[in-house]
Amino acid sequence: MAKYLLLKHYRGAPAPVNNVPMAQWTPEEISAHVKYMNDFAARLEKTGEFVDGQALAPEGAWVRYDGEGRPPVTDGPFAETKDLIAGWMVIDVDSYERAVELAGELSAAPGAGGKPIHEWLELRPFLGAAPTITE
Amino acid sequence: MNEILLRSLTPEVLTVLVRRGADFAAAEDAVQEALVEALRVWPAAPSAGPGDGEHPVRDPKGWLVTVAWRKFLDARRAEDARRRREERVESEPAPGPAPAVDDTLQLYFLCAHPSLTPASAVALTLRAVGGLTTRQIARAYLVPEATMAQRISRAKRTVSGVRFDRPGDVATVLRVLYLVFNEGYSGDVDLAAEAIRLTRQLAARVDHPEVAGLLALMLLHHARRAARTAPDGSLVPLAEQDRGRWDTALIAEGIAILQAALARDRLGEFQAQAAIAALHADAPRAEETDWVQIVEWYDELTRLTGSPVVRLNRAVAVGEADGPRAGLAALAELDASLPRHAAVAAYLHERDGDLATAARLYAEAAHKAPNLAEVNHLTRQVARLNALLNARRPR
Repeated sequence: MAKYLLLKHYRGAPAPVNNVPMAQWTPEEISAHVKYMNDFAARLEKTGEFVDGQALAPEGAWVRYDGEGRPPVTDGPFAETKDLIAGWMVIDVDSYERAVELAGELSAAPGAGGKPIHEWLELRPFLGAAPTITE
Repeated sequence: MNEILLRSLTPEVLTVLVRRGADFAAAEDAVQEALVEALRVWPAAPSAGPGDGEHPVRDPKGWLVTVAWRKFLDARRAEDARRRREERVESEPAPGPAPAVDDTLQLYFLCAHPSLTPASAVALTLRAVGGLTTRQIARAYLVPEATMAQRISRAKRTVSGVRFDRPGDVATVLRVLYLVFNEGYSGDVDLAAEAIRLTRQLAARVDHPEVAGLLALMLLHHARRAARTAPDGSLVPLAEQDRGRWDTALIAEGIAILQAALARDRLGEFQAQAAIAALHADAPRAEETDWVQIVEWYDELTRLTGSPVVRLNRAVAVGEADGPRAGLAALAELDASLPRHAAVAAYLHERDGDLATAARLYAEAAHKAPNLAEVNHLTRQVARLNALLNARRPR
Protein backbone atom coordinates (compact mmCIF):
# COMPACT_ATOMS: atom_id res chain seq x y z
CA MET A 1 0.00 0.00 0.00
CA ALA A 2 1.15 3.50 -0.68
CA LYS A 3 -0.28 6.81 0.40
CA TYR A 4 -0.98 9.61 -2.03
CA LEU A 5 -2.09 13.17 -1.60
CA LEU A 6 -4.72 14.50 -4.00
CA LEU A 7 -4.19 18.22 -3.75
CA LYS A 8 -6.70 20.69 -5.07
CA HIS A 9 -4.99 24.02 -5.66
CA TYR A 10 -4.59 26.68 -8.27
CA ARG A 11 -0.87 26.96 -8.77
CA GLY A 12 0.35 26.55 -12.25
CA ALA A 13 -2.20 24.11 -13.59
CA PRO A 14 -3.90 24.87 -16.93
CA ALA A 15 -7.51 26.06 -16.68
CA PRO A 16 -10.02 23.20 -16.37
CA VAL A 17 -12.41 22.46 -19.25
CA ASN A 18 -15.55 23.53 -17.40
CA ASN A 19 -14.10 26.67 -15.86
CA VAL A 20 -17.16 28.44 -14.47
CA PRO A 21 -16.68 29.74 -10.87
CA MET A 22 -18.96 28.13 -8.31
CA ALA A 23 -20.74 31.39 -7.51
CA GLN A 24 -22.17 31.29 -11.04
CA TRP A 25 -23.56 27.78 -10.75
CA THR A 26 -27.18 27.16 -9.81
CA PRO A 27 -27.87 26.05 -6.24
CA GLU A 28 -28.79 22.60 -7.63
CA GLU A 29 -25.43 22.33 -9.39
CA ILE A 30 -23.68 23.18 -6.12
CA SER A 31 -25.67 20.49 -4.32
CA ALA A 32 -24.80 17.94 -7.02
CA HIS A 33 -21.12 18.81 -6.69
CA VAL A 34 -21.13 18.49 -2.90
CA LYS A 35 -22.96 15.18 -3.15
CA TYR A 36 -20.43 13.85 -5.63
CA MET A 37 -17.56 14.72 -3.30
CA ASN A 38 -19.27 13.17 -0.26
CA ASP A 39 -20.19 10.01 -2.17
CA PHE A 40 -16.64 9.71 -3.46
CA ALA A 41 -15.18 9.84 0.07
CA ALA A 42 -17.83 7.42 1.37
CA ARG A 43 -17.05 4.95 -1.41
CA LEU A 44 -13.31 5.07 -0.63
CA GLU A 45 -14.08 4.45 3.03
CA LYS A 46 -15.96 1.31 1.99
CA THR A 47 -13.07 0.07 -0.16
CA GLY A 48 -10.64 0.76 2.66
CA GLU A 49 -8.66 3.33 0.69
CA PHE A 50 -9.71 6.56 2.41
CA VAL A 51 -7.32 8.13 4.90
CA ASP A 52 -8.28 11.77 5.29
CA GLY A 53 -10.00 14.60 3.50
CA GLN A 54 -9.95 18.23 4.53
CA ALA A 55 -11.06 21.55 3.14
CA LEU A 56 -9.07 24.67 4.00
CA ALA A 57 -10.26 28.19 4.67
CA PRO A 58 -9.06 30.35 1.78
CA GLU A 59 -7.21 32.83 3.97
CA GLY A 60 -4.35 32.28 6.35
CA ALA A 61 -1.27 34.05 7.62
CA TRP A 62 2.50 33.74 7.23
CA VAL A 63 4.31 33.21 10.51
CA ARG A 64 8.01 33.06 11.36
CA TYR A 65 10.32 33.00 14.38
CA ASP A 66 11.65 36.44 15.22
CA GLY A 67 14.38 35.73 17.75
CA GLU A 68 14.73 34.86 21.41
CA GLY A 69 12.08 36.35 23.68
CA ARG A 70 10.20 37.96 20.84
CA PRO A 71 6.74 37.00 19.67
CA PRO A 72 6.55 35.37 16.23
CA VAL A 73 6.11 37.69 13.28
CA THR A 74 2.91 37.30 11.33
CA ASP A 75 2.15 38.63 7.91
CA GLY A 76 -0.68 38.38 5.46
CA PRO A 77 -3.23 37.13 4.68
CA PHE A 78 -2.37 37.35 1.02
CA ALA A 79 -5.52 36.37 -0.80
CA GLU A 80 -4.37 35.44 -4.26
CA THR A 81 -6.64 33.04 -6.04
CA LYS A 82 -3.82 31.62 -8.12
CA ASP A 83 -2.07 30.53 -4.96
CA LEU A 84 -5.04 29.08 -3.18
CA ILE A 85 -5.00 25.57 -1.75
CA ALA A 86 -8.64 24.57 -1.43
CA GLY A 87 -8.22 21.19 0.21
CA TRP A 88 -6.93 17.67 -0.09
CA MET A 89 -7.70 14.02 0.17
CA VAL A 90 -5.25 11.36 1.32
CA ILE A 91 -5.70 7.86 -0.06
CA ASP A 92 -3.93 4.61 0.67
CA VAL A 93 -3.93 2.43 -2.44
CA ASP A 94 -2.22 -0.59 -3.94
CA SER A 95 -0.65 1.10 -6.92
CA TYR A 96 0.15 4.32 -8.67
CA GLU A 97 -2.34 3.31 -11.38
CA ARG A 98 -5.12 3.07 -8.80
CA ALA A 99 -4.18 6.52 -7.44
CA VAL A 100 -4.38 7.99 -10.94
CA GLU A 101 -7.72 6.30 -11.53
CA LEU A 102 -9.18 7.76 -8.33
CA ALA A 103 -7.79 11.24 -8.98
CA GLY A 104 -9.44 11.07 -12.41
CA GLU A 105 -12.77 10.21 -10.82
CA LEU A 106 -12.47 13.05 -8.31
CA SER A 107 -11.67 15.45 -11.13
CA ALA A 108 -14.90 14.44 -12.84
CA ALA A 109 -16.99 16.10 -10.09
CA PRO A 110 -19.83 17.98 -11.76
CA GLY A 111 -19.79 21.77 -12.11
CA ALA A 112 -21.79 24.24 -14.19
CA GLY A 113 -24.47 22.58 -16.31
CA GLY A 114 -23.93 19.35 -14.37
CA LYS A 115 -20.89 18.65 -16.59
CA PRO A 116 -17.59 17.41 -15.16
CA ILE A 117 -15.20 20.22 -14.23
CA HIS A 118 -12.12 18.33 -15.50
CA GLU A 119 -10.29 20.07 -12.68
CA TRP A 120 -6.53 19.45 -12.45
CA LEU A 121 -5.55 17.75 -9.20
CA GLU A 122 -1.98 17.33 -8.11
CA LEU A 123 -1.09 13.73 -7.21
CA ARG A 124 1.85 13.45 -4.82
CA PRO A 125 3.17 10.24 -3.25
CA PHE A 126 3.96 10.34 0.46
CA LEU A 127 7.53 9.62 1.50
CA GLY A 128 6.89 6.53 3.58
CA ALA A 129 8.88 4.70 6.24
CA ALA A 130 12.09 2.91 5.27
CA PRO A 131 11.49 -0.80 4.68
CA THR A 132 13.10 -3.38 6.94
CA ILE A 133 14.40 -5.57 4.15
CA THR A 134 16.48 -3.63 1.70
CA GLU A 135 18.61 -6.19 -0.08
CA MET B 1 -26.26 -4.56 28.02
CA ASN B 2 -27.35 -1.11 27.05
CA GLU B 3 -24.16 0.90 26.63
CA ILE B 4 -25.75 4.17 27.73
CA LEU B 5 -27.05 2.52 30.88
CA LEU B 6 -23.62 1.14 31.56
CA ARG B 7 -21.95 4.48 30.97
CA SER B 8 -24.44 6.25 33.23
CA LEU B 9 -22.96 4.25 36.13
CA THR B 10 -19.45 5.56 35.45
CA PRO B 11 -19.39 8.60 37.75
CA GLU B 12 -20.91 6.72 40.69
CA VAL B 13 -18.44 3.87 40.38
CA LEU B 14 -15.58 6.31 40.09
CA THR B 15 -16.59 8.22 43.20
CA VAL B 16 -16.87 4.99 45.16
CA LEU B 17 -13.24 4.23 44.33
CA VAL B 18 -12.14 7.74 45.23
CA ARG B 19 -13.97 7.56 48.56
CA ARG B 20 -12.22 4.29 49.29
CA GLY B 21 -8.96 6.15 49.01
CA ALA B 22 -7.89 5.69 45.40
CA ASP B 23 -6.39 8.77 43.81
CA PHE B 24 -8.50 10.22 41.04
CA ALA B 25 -6.18 9.50 38.11
CA ALA B 26 -5.64 5.85 38.99
CA ALA B 27 -9.31 5.35 39.87
CA GLU B 28 -10.34 6.82 36.53
CA ASP B 29 -8.05 4.44 34.66
CA ALA B 30 -9.42 1.50 36.63
CA VAL B 31 -13.04 2.43 35.90
CA GLN B 32 -12.24 2.79 32.21
CA GLU B 33 -10.76 -0.72 32.21
CA ALA B 34 -13.80 -2.08 34.03
CA LEU B 35 -16.12 -0.48 31.47
CA VAL B 36 -14.17 -1.97 28.61
CA GLU B 37 -14.30 -5.35 30.30
CA ALA B 38 -18.05 -5.03 30.91
CA LEU B 39 -18.63 -4.26 27.24
CA ARG B 40 -16.61 -7.34 26.39
CA VAL B 41 -17.98 -9.92 28.80
CA TRP B 42 -21.56 -8.88 29.47
CA PRO B 43 -23.77 -10.63 26.96
CA ALA B 44 -25.87 -8.38 24.79
CA ALA B 45 -29.38 -8.67 26.14
CA PRO B 46 -31.81 -6.56 24.13
CA SER B 47 -34.21 -5.40 26.85
CA ALA B 48 -32.21 -6.19 29.91
CA GLY B 49 -31.10 -3.56 32.35
CA PRO B 50 -30.34 -3.25 36.03
CA GLY B 51 -33.21 -4.60 38.03
CA ASP B 52 -34.36 -6.65 35.11
CA GLY B 53 -34.69 -10.21 36.34
CA GLU B 54 -33.44 -11.66 33.07
CA HIS B 55 -30.18 -9.83 33.21
CA PRO B 56 -27.20 -12.05 33.95
CA VAL B 57 -25.57 -9.28 35.96
CA ARG B 58 -28.03 -8.50 38.73
CA ASP B 59 -26.16 -5.55 40.11
CA PRO B 60 -24.18 -3.87 37.31
CA LYS B 61 -22.94 -1.11 39.57
CA GLY B 62 -21.72 -3.54 42.21
CA TRP B 63 -20.05 -5.57 39.48
CA LEU B 64 -18.32 -2.50 38.08
CA VAL B 65 -17.16 -1.36 41.52
CA THR B 66 -15.71 -4.81 42.27
CA VAL B 67 -13.93 -5.10 38.93
CA ALA B 68 -12.69 -1.50 38.94
CA TRP B 69 -11.39 -1.84 42.49
CA ARG B 70 -9.55 -5.04 41.52
CA LYS B 71 -8.07 -3.28 38.49
CA PHE B 72 -7.00 -0.42 40.72
CA LEU B 73 -5.31 -2.76 43.19
CA ASP B 74 -3.65 -4.70 40.37
CA ALA B 75 -2.28 -1.48 38.91
CA ARG B 76 -1.07 -0.29 42.29
CA ARG B 77 0.62 -3.60 43.05
CA ALA B 78 2.27 -3.54 39.66
CA GLU B 79 3.40 0.00 40.33
CA ASP B 80 4.74 -0.97 43.76
CA ALA B 81 6.57 -3.94 42.29
CA ARG B 82 7.99 -1.82 39.57
CA ARG B 83 9.44 0.56 42.11
CA ARG B 84 10.85 -2.42 44.01
CA ARG B 85 9.05 -1.39 47.12
CA GLU B 86 8.20 -3.81 49.79
CA GLU B 87 4.94 -5.40 48.98
CA ARG B 88 2.20 -3.93 51.05
CA VAL B 89 -0.94 -5.88 51.46
CA GLU B 90 -3.87 -3.78 50.48
CA SER B 91 -6.84 -4.04 52.69
CA GLU B 92 -9.74 -4.52 50.39
CA PRO B 93 -13.04 -3.30 51.82
CA ALA B 94 -15.62 -5.97 52.35
CA PRO B 95 -17.53 -6.42 49.12
CA GLY B 96 -21.10 -5.27 49.39
CA PRO B 97 -23.58 -2.87 47.90
CA ALA B 98 -21.99 0.45 46.95
CA PRO B 99 -23.34 3.34 49.01
CA ALA B 100 -26.42 4.94 47.48
CA VAL B 101 -25.16 8.49 48.07
CA ASP B 102 -22.86 9.62 45.34
CA ASP B 103 -20.70 12.62 44.76
CA THR B 104 -21.03 12.60 41.03
CA LEU B 105 -21.42 16.35 41.30
CA GLN B 106 -17.88 16.68 42.64
CA LEU B 107 -16.71 14.72 39.66
CA TYR B 108 -18.35 17.21 37.30
CA PHE B 109 -16.57 20.07 39.08
CA LEU B 110 -13.23 18.31 38.98
CA CYS B 111 -13.46 17.50 35.27
CA ALA B 112 -14.42 21.08 34.45
CA HIS B 113 -11.83 22.59 36.80
CA PRO B 114 -10.80 26.12 35.74
CA SER B 115 -7.13 25.04 35.58
CA LEU B 116 -7.99 22.87 32.56
CA THR B 117 -8.15 24.11 28.99
CA PRO B 118 -11.61 23.75 27.40
CA ALA B 119 -10.44 20.86 25.18
CA SER B 120 -8.99 19.01 28.17
CA ALA B 121 -12.07 19.60 30.31
CA VAL B 122 -14.29 18.30 27.53
CA ALA B 123 -12.21 15.15 27.05
CA LEU B 124 -11.95 14.42 30.77
CA THR B 125 -15.67 14.98 31.32
CA LEU B 126 -16.59 12.66 28.46
CA ARG B 127 -14.35 9.94 29.84
CA ALA B 128 -14.73 10.21 33.63
CA VAL B 129 -18.36 11.35 33.77
CA GLY B 130 -19.64 10.11 30.42
CA GLY B 131 -17.86 6.76 30.47
CA LEU B 132 -16.76 7.03 26.85
CA THR B 133 -13.58 5.30 25.78
CA THR B 134 -10.54 7.27 24.69
CA ARG B 135 -11.01 5.86 21.20
CA GLN B 136 -14.59 7.10 20.98
CA ILE B 137 -13.61 10.58 22.18
CA ALA B 138 -10.68 10.70 19.75
CA ARG B 139 -12.93 9.78 16.85
CA ALA B 140 -15.51 12.34 17.84
CA TYR B 141 -12.91 15.11 17.71
CA LEU B 142 -10.92 13.75 14.75
CA VAL B 143 -7.60 13.39 16.52
CA PRO B 144 -5.39 10.30 16.85
CA GLU B 145 -6.20 8.09 19.81
CA ALA B 146 -2.69 8.55 21.26
CA THR B 147 -3.15 12.33 21.19
CA MET B 148 -6.45 12.07 23.02
CA ALA B 149 -4.95 9.66 25.56
CA GLN B 150 -2.19 12.18 26.27
CA ARG B 151 -4.67 15.03 26.55
CA ILE B 152 -6.67 13.06 29.12
CA SER B 153 -3.70 11.97 31.20
CA ARG B 154 -2.27 15.50 31.23
CA ALA B 155 -5.67 16.76 32.34
CA LYS B 156 -5.70 14.24 35.17
CA ARG B 157 -2.24 15.34 36.27
CA THR B 158 -3.40 18.96 36.22
CA VAL B 159 -6.27 18.27 38.62
CA SER B 160 -4.39 15.74 40.74
CA GLY B 161 -3.92 18.18 43.60
CA VAL B 162 -7.50 19.42 43.62
CA ARG B 163 -9.47 18.51 46.72
CA PHE B 164 -12.32 16.24 45.83
CA ASP B 165 -14.66 17.47 48.55
CA ARG B 166 -14.95 21.15 47.70
CA PRO B 167 -17.87 22.34 45.59
CA GLY B 168 -16.79 24.11 42.44
CA ASP B 169 -18.42 26.70 40.27
CA VAL B 170 -21.33 25.28 38.33
CA ALA B 171 -20.78 27.85 35.57
CA THR B 172 -17.53 26.14 34.54
CA VAL B 173 -19.36 22.81 34.24
CA LEU B 174 -22.07 24.39 32.13
CA ARG B 175 -19.51 25.86 29.73
CA VAL B 176 -17.98 22.42 29.22
CA LEU B 177 -21.34 20.75 28.60
CA TYR B 178 -22.29 23.54 26.19
CA LEU B 179 -19.10 22.86 24.23
CA VAL B 180 -19.82 19.14 24.08
CA PHE B 181 -23.30 19.88 22.74
CA ASN B 182 -22.19 22.47 20.24
CA GLU B 183 -18.93 21.16 18.82
CA GLY B 184 -18.30 17.66 17.69
CA TYR B 185 -17.68 16.01 14.41
CA SER B 186 -18.16 12.38 13.75
CA GLY B 187 -17.61 8.89 15.03
CA ASP B 188 -20.09 6.52 16.58
CA VAL B 189 -21.01 8.80 19.47
CA ASP B 190 -23.79 11.34 19.26
CA LEU B 191 -22.17 14.16 21.23
CA ALA B 192 -25.32 16.30 21.32
CA ALA B 193 -27.30 13.44 22.86
CA GLU B 194 -24.41 12.73 25.21
CA ALA B 195 -24.32 16.39 26.33
CA ILE B 196 -28.05 16.25 27.00
CA ARG B 197 -27.65 13.05 29.01
CA LEU B 198 -24.87 14.56 31.13
CA THR B 199 -26.80 17.81 31.64
CA ARG B 200 -29.90 15.87 32.72
CA GLN B 201 -27.76 13.93 35.18
CA LEU B 202 -26.35 17.21 36.48
CA ALA B 203 -29.79 18.83 36.71
CA ALA B 204 -30.97 15.90 38.83
CA ARG B 205 -28.18 16.61 41.31
CA VAL B 206 -27.92 20.37 41.52
CA ASP B 207 -30.75 22.82 41.88
CA HIS B 208 -29.65 25.80 39.79
CA PRO B 209 -31.75 27.77 37.29
CA GLU B 210 -28.87 28.03 34.82
CA VAL B 211 -28.43 24.24 34.75
CA ALA B 212 -32.12 24.03 33.91
CA GLY B 213 -31.63 26.85 31.39
CA LEU B 214 -28.84 25.00 29.61
CA LEU B 215 -30.84 21.75 29.57
CA ALA B 216 -33.83 23.61 28.10
CA LEU B 217 -31.58 25.27 25.51
CA MET B 218 -30.16 21.92 24.44
CA LEU B 219 -33.57 20.24 24.25
CA LEU B 220 -35.05 23.07 22.19
CA HIS B 221 -32.19 22.99 19.69
CA HIS B 222 -32.06 19.21 19.60
CA ALA B 223 -35.78 19.25 18.75
CA ARG B 224 -34.97 20.94 15.45
CA ARG B 225 -32.21 18.55 14.49
CA ALA B 226 -34.09 16.53 11.86
CA ALA B 227 -35.17 19.73 10.10
CA ARG B 228 -31.78 21.43 10.23
CA THR B 229 -30.19 19.58 7.31
CA ALA B 230 -31.59 18.66 3.92
CA PRO B 231 -31.31 15.08 2.66
CA ASP B 232 -28.20 16.15 0.70
CA GLY B 233 -26.56 17.34 3.92
CA SER B 234 -26.92 21.06 3.22
CA LEU B 235 -27.93 23.46 5.99
CA VAL B 236 -31.56 24.56 6.17
CA PRO B 237 -31.94 28.01 7.79
CA LEU B 238 -34.46 28.34 10.62
CA ALA B 239 -36.99 30.25 8.52
CA GLU B 240 -37.03 27.55 5.84
CA GLN B 241 -37.20 24.52 8.12
CA ASP B 242 -40.14 22.13 7.91
CA ARG B 243 -41.52 22.78 11.38
CA GLY B 244 -43.59 19.60 11.13
CA ARG B 245 -40.33 17.75 11.59
CA TRP B 246 -39.52 19.45 14.88
CA ASP B 247 -39.74 17.11 17.87
CA THR B 248 -42.76 18.42 19.79
CA ALA B 249 -42.09 16.25 22.85
CA LEU B 250 -38.59 17.71 23.27
CA ILE B 251 -39.97 21.22 22.74
CA ALA B 252 -42.68 20.71 25.37
CA GLU B 253 -40.12 19.36 27.83
CA GLY B 254 -37.68 22.19 27.12
CA ILE B 255 -40.33 24.84 27.57
CA ALA B 256 -41.59 23.32 30.83
CA ILE B 257 -38.06 23.19 32.24
CA LEU B 258 -37.40 26.76 31.10
CA GLN B 259 -40.61 28.12 32.59
CA ALA B 260 -39.85 26.54 35.96
CA ALA B 261 -36.37 28.06 35.86
CA LEU B 262 -37.53 31.53 34.83
CA ALA B 263 -40.13 31.53 37.61
CA ARG B 264 -37.27 31.57 40.11
CA ASP B 265 -36.22 35.00 38.89
CA ARG B 266 -32.50 34.35 38.70
CA LEU B 267 -31.90 35.02 35.06
CA GLY B 268 -28.69 33.90 33.37
CA GLU B 269 -27.40 33.66 29.83
CA PHE B 270 -28.51 30.07 29.21
CA GLN B 271 -32.06 30.80 30.33
CA ALA B 272 -32.13 33.86 28.05
CA GLN B 273 -30.80 31.85 25.10
CA ALA B 274 -33.35 29.12 25.82
CA ALA B 275 -36.10 31.74 25.93
CA ILE B 276 -35.16 32.84 22.41
CA ALA B 277 -35.16 29.22 21.21
CA ALA B 278 -38.56 28.74 22.90
CA LEU B 279 -40.02 31.73 21.06
CA HIS B 280 -38.91 30.22 17.76
CA ALA B 281 -40.35 26.86 18.82
CA ASP B 282 -43.65 28.57 19.66
CA ALA B 283 -44.19 29.88 16.13
CA PRO B 284 -46.11 27.42 13.94
CA ARG B 285 -44.82 29.26 10.88
CA ALA B 286 -41.70 31.44 10.55
CA GLU B 287 -43.86 34.50 9.77
CA GLU B 288 -45.59 34.14 13.13
CA THR B 289 -42.36 34.48 15.12
CA ASP B 290 -42.61 37.01 17.95
CA TRP B 291 -39.54 39.02 16.93
CA VAL B 292 -40.33 41.91 19.27
CA GLN B 293 -40.02 39.62 22.29
CA ILE B 294 -36.92 38.03 20.78
CA VAL B 295 -35.27 41.45 20.53
CA GLU B 296 -36.10 42.02 24.20
CA TRP B 297 -34.41 38.76 25.12
CA TYR B 298 -31.36 39.73 23.06
CA ASP B 299 -31.27 42.98 25.04
CA GLU B 300 -31.22 40.90 28.23
CA LEU B 301 -28.50 38.69 26.79
CA THR B 302 -26.42 41.71 25.81
CA ARG B 303 -26.78 43.03 29.35
CA LEU B 304 -25.77 39.65 30.80
CA THR B 305 -22.85 38.87 28.52
CA GLY B 306 -21.81 42.03 26.66
CA SER B 307 -20.93 39.67 23.83
CA PRO B 308 -20.56 41.20 20.35
CA VAL B 309 -21.81 37.93 18.84
CA VAL B 310 -25.05 38.39 20.77
CA ARG B 311 -25.33 41.92 19.40
CA LEU B 312 -24.82 40.56 15.89
CA ASN B 313 -27.72 38.13 16.35
CA ARG B 314 -29.71 40.95 17.87
CA ALA B 315 -29.26 42.94 14.65
CA VAL B 316 -30.92 40.08 12.73
CA ALA B 317 -33.83 40.08 15.19
CA VAL B 318 -34.14 43.88 14.94
CA GLY B 319 -34.24 43.50 11.16
CA GLU B 320 -37.18 41.14 11.49
CA ALA B 321 -39.00 43.17 14.15
CA ASP B 322 -38.49 46.70 12.78
CA GLY B 323 -37.46 46.14 9.18
CA PRO B 324 -34.14 45.57 7.43
CA ARG B 325 -33.08 49.26 7.61
CA ALA B 326 -33.33 49.13 11.41
CA GLY B 327 -31.35 45.90 11.36
CA LEU B 328 -28.65 47.47 9.21
CA ALA B 329 -28.51 50.45 11.58
CA ALA B 330 -28.00 48.08 14.51
CA LEU B 331 -25.34 46.27 12.51
CA ALA B 332 -23.53 49.51 11.69
CA GLU B 333 -22.59 49.87 15.37
CA LEU B 334 -20.67 46.60 15.31
CA ASP B 335 -17.13 45.71 14.24
CA ALA B 336 -17.19 44.43 10.65
CA SER B 337 -14.47 41.89 11.46
CA LEU B 338 -16.84 39.89 13.70
CA PRO B 339 -17.41 36.33 12.53
CA ARG B 340 -20.55 36.09 10.36
CA HIS B 341 -20.87 39.88 10.12
CA ALA B 342 -20.85 39.73 6.31
CA ALA B 343 -23.48 36.98 6.27
CA VAL B 344 -25.81 39.01 8.49
CA ALA B 345 -25.23 42.13 6.37
CA ALA B 346 -25.96 40.13 3.21
CA TYR B 347 -29.20 38.80 4.65
CA LEU B 348 -30.39 42.26 5.69
CA HIS B 349 -29.45 43.85 2.35
CA GLU B 350 -31.38 41.16 0.50
CA ARG B 351 -34.43 41.81 2.71
CA ASP B 352 -33.97 45.47 1.86
CA GLY B 353 -34.10 44.65 -1.86
CA ASP B 354 -30.44 45.32 -2.68
CA LEU B 355 -29.62 42.00 -4.30
CA ALA B 356 -26.32 43.06 -5.84
CA THR B 357 -24.88 44.16 -2.48
CA ALA B 358 -26.30 41.03 -0.86
CA ALA B 359 -24.63 38.78 -3.47
CA ARG B 360 -21.29 40.52 -2.98
CA LEU B 361 -21.54 40.20 0.81
CA TYR B 362 -22.61 36.55 0.66
CA ALA B 363 -19.53 35.85 -1.46
CA GLU B 364 -17.39 37.63 1.15
CA ALA B 365 -19.13 35.64 3.90
CA ALA B 366 -18.47 32.35 2.07
CA HIS B 367 -14.81 33.32 1.81
CA LYS B 368 -14.63 33.79 5.58
CA ALA B 369 -16.96 31.01 6.72
CA PRO B 370 -15.55 28.76 9.45
CA ASN B 371 -16.85 25.40 8.21
CA LEU B 372 -17.59 23.63 4.95
CA ALA B 373 -21.35 23.39 5.53
CA GLU B 374 -21.53 27.17 5.87
CA VAL B 375 -19.21 27.74 2.90
CA ASN B 376 -21.55 25.64 0.76
CA HIS B 377 -24.67 27.27 2.16
CA LEU B 378 -23.38 30.79 1.58
CA THR B 379 -22.10 29.94 -1.91
CA ARG B 380 -25.61 28.68 -2.72
CA GLN B 381 -26.98 32.05 -1.62
CA VAL B 382 -24.60 33.79 -4.03
CA ALA B 383 -25.71 31.45 -6.81
CA ARG B 384 -29.39 32.04 -6.02
CA LEU B 385 -28.99 35.83 -6.04
CA ASN B 386 -26.86 35.81 -9.21
CA ALA B 387 -29.59 33.81 -10.95
CA LEU B 388 -32.18 36.39 -9.86
CA LEU B 389 -29.96 39.29 -10.98
CA ASN B 390 -29.33 37.67 -14.38
CA ALA B 391 -33.05 37.09 -14.91
CA ARG B 392 -33.72 40.77 -14.22
CA ARG B 393 -31.06 42.03 -16.57
CA PRO B 394 -32.61 43.21 -19.85
CA ARG B 395 -31.44 41.18 -22.83
